[in-house]
Amino acid sequence: MYDTVIIGAGMSGLAAGIRLAHYDKRVCILERHTTIGGLNSFYRLGGRNYDVGLHAVTNFTPKGARKGPLARLLRQLRFRWDDFALAPQVGSEIAFPQERLQFGNGIELLESEVGRAFPKERDAFAKLMERIVDYDDLNQDLFEVSTREILAEIFHEPLLIEMLLCPLMWYGNPRERDMDFGQFCIMFRSIFCEGFGRPFAGVRLILKNLVRRFRSLGGELKMRSGVDHIHVENGKARGLVLEDGQEIEAAQIISSAGLVETMRLCDDVSEVDTTHAGRLSFMEAISVMDVEPKDIGFDKTVVFFNDSEQFLWERPDTLIDGRTGVICSPNNYAYTGDRETFPEGMIRITAQANFDHWHALDDASYQLAKTKSYNELLSSAVRFIPDFRSRVIATDVFTPTTIRRFTGHDQGTVYGATHKTLDGSTHLPNLHLCGTDQGFIGIVGAMMGGISIANYCLSGMSSHDSTVMESGS
Amino acid sequence: MTSEEIRDVIIDILSDIAPDEELGDLKDDVAFRDQLELDSMDFLDIVMELRKRYRVQVPEEDYGELASMQSTVTYLEPKMQDVQKA
Repeated sequence: MYDTVIIGAGMSGLAAGIRLAHYDKRVCILERHTTIGGLNSFYRLGGRNYDVGLHAVTNFTPKGARKGPLARLLRQLRFRWDDFALAPQVGSEIAFPQERLQFGNGIELLESEVGRAFPKERDAFAKLMERIVDYDDLNQDLFEVSTREILAEIFHEPLLIEMLLCPLMWYGNPRERDMDFGQFCIMFRSIFCEGFGRPFAGVRLILKNLVRRFRSLGGELKMRSGVDHIHVENGKARGLVLEDGQEIEAAQIISSAGLVETMRLCDDVSEVDTTHAGRLSFMEAISVMDVEPKDIGFDKTVVFFNDSEQFLWERPDTLIDGRTGVICSPNNYAYTGDRETFPEGMIRITAQANFDHWHALDDASYQLAKTKSYNELLSSAVRFIPDFRSRVIATDVFTPTTIRRFTGHDQGTVYGATHKTLDGSTHLPNLHLCGTDQGFIGIVGAMMGGISIANYCLSGMSSHDSTVMESGS
Repeated sequence: MTSEEIRDVIIDILSDIAPDEELGDLKDDVAFRDQLELDSMDFLDIVMELRKRYRVQVPEEDYGELASMQSTVTYLEPKMQDVQKA
């Protein structure tokens, strides 16, 4: 009998596990796959290390900062800042044909860029900043107000609205076309006010630290342990049955499987409500080059591009939509260690993709579609950065079906359900959600989400809100 | 425990919670919140560490007593006078 069983060894599940194990709870994390990380994982291919989800760790704040989600997360998990070894970005860009806006870590550069490109919007931008600072994190009622309506009240220049929305929707908007204002504020802070960082070794460094800590506290991690169902009796979850038939009893269950996916596991739920299931998924084209990107004139950490004056954020009707995308390079961070240099360059480009189209392909057409879409996406991206195609020596592509295989998320969704359950509650008192569908996005966000649910389980007697309240990502 | 020993216990807990902090300069009469930016989650941690390490219970309505080092030591003195140093 475990005090808590956690479904999924991603960032949120591992963080929750560390908190619970630290306070002497018997905790077991079940992971369906042979590898940890979920949405943020890593792999080796052709002798090279790759990350799955990691473009950048958002919410970057420098060593010594005591405020912000990263600092709070380090305290909650008892890590030193150096344990995650985050190097700051060198600089990023929002690139539209009509205008380009640079931004770095901290709001100052973006503020001056907005002032340069849209001088009449200077005061409006200051007004928006006030609203973002004042926004009450995790108030579920305020959370779902339309961002487009609010921005249209504040700004006169439609192009600026589209340009501000582009990176923030890209890095964490599960809804199509519009964005919840709560999510907008959280993303604005984590990307524009805080910023991007990355460990030289990639996401594996963070994951390995989490697993090592979890195990040293007595936590159990079972790999290849997919959950078949959650057994419910008299309105409470009693335990889990694994795919191999093994039964596990648990007083509490925390699931990072996703809302719809978790409901489907419960044996008391006959019909799963999929109204709010997300359907935004991505394709990613990874190119390895024989030079570093800066050697061919690409020195940005992340470029968010969009090829018209209107930013479209919706599921395409085609395999992929190359009109907007994210270009990033793990080379372009300000690493400081002696041995922290790369022999090669890597550029990752991400585009919206349609799960159903990819899913319908047979093996041969799937391989062909990967090559065709890779080429399509690169030709689109080189309109915004130097053409690097002649330097490519290796490639890899992942698609919505790859994402579904490794995360178990319906439709290969990355940002999950369109309606978030901030407090992680479900129809059962001892079953909680953590991770993407709890509304916490990004690596730091995911860990904060797991921590907030663990704290709720630990404090037990205090109200759901008090521990979750201040945990905003 | 003496008040001095209780202070050491709290310093030890804080150094676990915030390993990057230099706690030698901690001012006893200034709120933790102002000096270290501790928030409600961190205060919950102090409470849980006291329970885990010394079986000392701090009820939720008393969390306010843990605002600064001075108030914490004053509050814990009667609760921890019979607790032996670990």
